[in-house]
Amino acid sequence: MNVVVLLKQTFDTEEKIVIRDGTVSQDGVKFIINPYDEYAVEEAIRIRERHGGRVVVVSAGPERCAEALRTALAMGADEAALISDERIGGDEFAVARALAAFLKQEPFDVVLGGFFSVDNGAGQVAIRVAHLLGIPHVSSIVKLEIDGRKATALRDAEGDAETVEVSLPALFTAQQGLNEPRYPSLPGIMQAKRKPFKRLILDDLGLTEADVAPKTARVSLALPPARKAGQQLEGDPAQQAAALVRLLRTEAKVL
Amino acid sequence: MGKTFLIVAEARNGKLRRVALETIRAAKLAGEDGDRIEAAIIGHEVDAFAQELAGYGVDRVTAVDHPDLAHYNPETYFPALAAVLDAVRPDAVFFGHTAIGRDLAPKAAAHLNAGQISDVVALEKDADGLAFTRPIYAGKAFETKRFTAGPLVVTFRPNNLPAAEAVSGPRAEAAQIPYAPPADLRAFVKDVVRKTSGKVDLTEARIVVSGGRGVKSADGFRVLERLAEVLGAAVGASRGACDAGYCDYALQIGQTGKVVTPDLYIACGISGAIQHLAGMSQSRVIVAINKDPEAPIFKVADYGIVGDLFEVVPLLTEEFRKALAEGGG
Repeated sequence: MNVVVLLKQTFDTEEKIVIRDGTVSQDGVKFIINPYDEYAVEEAIRIRERHGGRVVVVSAGPERCAEALRTALAMGADEAALISDERIGGDEFAVARALAAFLKQEPFDVVLGGFFSVDNGAGQVAIRVAHLLGIPHVSSIVKLEIDGRKATALRDAEGDAETVEVSLPALFTAQQGLNEPRYPSLPGIMQAKRKPFKRLILDDLGLTEADVAPKTARVSLALPPARKAGQQLEGDPAQQAAALVRLLRTEAKVL
Repeated sequence: MGKTFLIVAEARNGKLRRVALETIRAAKLAGEDGDRIEAAIIGHEVDAFAQELAGYGVDRVTAVDHPDLAHYNPETYFPALAAVLDAVRPDAVFFGHTAIGRDLAPKAAAHLNAGQISDVVALEKDADGLAFTRPIYAGKAFETKRFTAGPLVVTFRPNNLPAAEAVSGPRAEAAQIPYAPPADLRAFVKDVVRKTSGKVDLTEARIVVSGGRGVKSADGFRVLERLAEVLGAAVGASRGACDAGYCDYALQIGQTGKVVTPDLYIACGISGAIQHLAGMSQSRVIVAINKDPEAPIFKVADYGIVGDLFEVVPLLTEEFRKALAEGGG
């Protein structure tokens, strides 16, 4: 079973966001594998443990993404590929094009990704990639079983649990609860340094700059408006409850 | 020649989802005189929803109605949508940022070679065109984006833009497109277990009552559910409560989990970790109830109660019950 995992490096979720010179500052920021992609890496390794095969992790982004890929190798992935080319537009349309081009050159039975990234949060790229490859996708999975050329996934759809049966090859995106990702072991970290690590640019993917020009652009960034300081309600619980209801009706006018 | 905006509506639990009306209003704001606004609805037995959409000032409502479309499946819904896109040839396609919208829109965008802007909370039109604002880092910041090329594919977060109002006068033209099932169905939904039927949808709720580790057990959530019932609210949770097994991950609000923007968010026994705040800090009014006066949640709360939620929440439930009964509000 050849499994390819789409991986993105993101800020750690503890990070406060600082805007400097119209962009999000990366000074002193800790980077991690996007938490949802971590479930995907873990699931890929489990598929290999159960069915045999190979796990390839791929990321499209700047050089610092190599660290996230190495962590995935340390967890147990077999090979990594970093598509790092400034000509790739910074939006979902462009990144999906680049990843799909990579996958067109890789044998795969299953593609795994995260449900969405905790920075951009759009959840588009993996689904676009599946469409560009002409394969079915099942998003937001919390369980995955593979039986020959068929897979059965349990999917979380706004609280409903759907059982979906799909033919391989197919793409799945991981939702929280799919598994508990393992920590890289020390031997794993050492082995990771010797595993195959490819660096690719557009030319290696058979793409031109025009193929990966973005279709959207960010024009501004802002922090959320600061909230006014709130009030503490005094008194015993009965008084606090009564005061709150009164304030919500008369002052906040939300009821 | 004017532009055509296509809004893709959906129904859930037997009702047209309100976000469809919000996207119609967005299309009206985005468009100019002479532009067309069309709506599409895909499903089974959708005639009533198509009729309802026809009363909101759109030019045409196209229905794709077939038993195979009774339940969402990208392998059936996408071919149905592609047929609509072929017939309508829109310059912009608007979806709600719902489970279906999030799943179908990227396929539509890939199919159209289009850019897509997801989870939009505000739309502005100026001399340079349309500007879409959306949260990033789960709402720790906001970015404004424009399209550099068409067509446009956009998903709008429910409950953020105003809804279109019903209009009197001529109703929209009605169209049907036959559904051609794919020769080779590669995926199908075998079973659906509705965990949240009958309850208010978390991402569309006007009021959310949310519990954290302070709720201490699955039973503890009953207290919050009673409050939610009186308020007609949805119930949410912090990651801590979900990880501890007090409730299902479907309730989780935060940077991993759902981001909500209700009018009123009542946080009970939630300390207010930065990841949780990211998921609810844009709520219009925030109430926090926590035993710990130093809990970070109090920094974002408009109204704070330092106390035991098991004492306060039942009293609150009673007070709201009385107030809503007498006040007619």
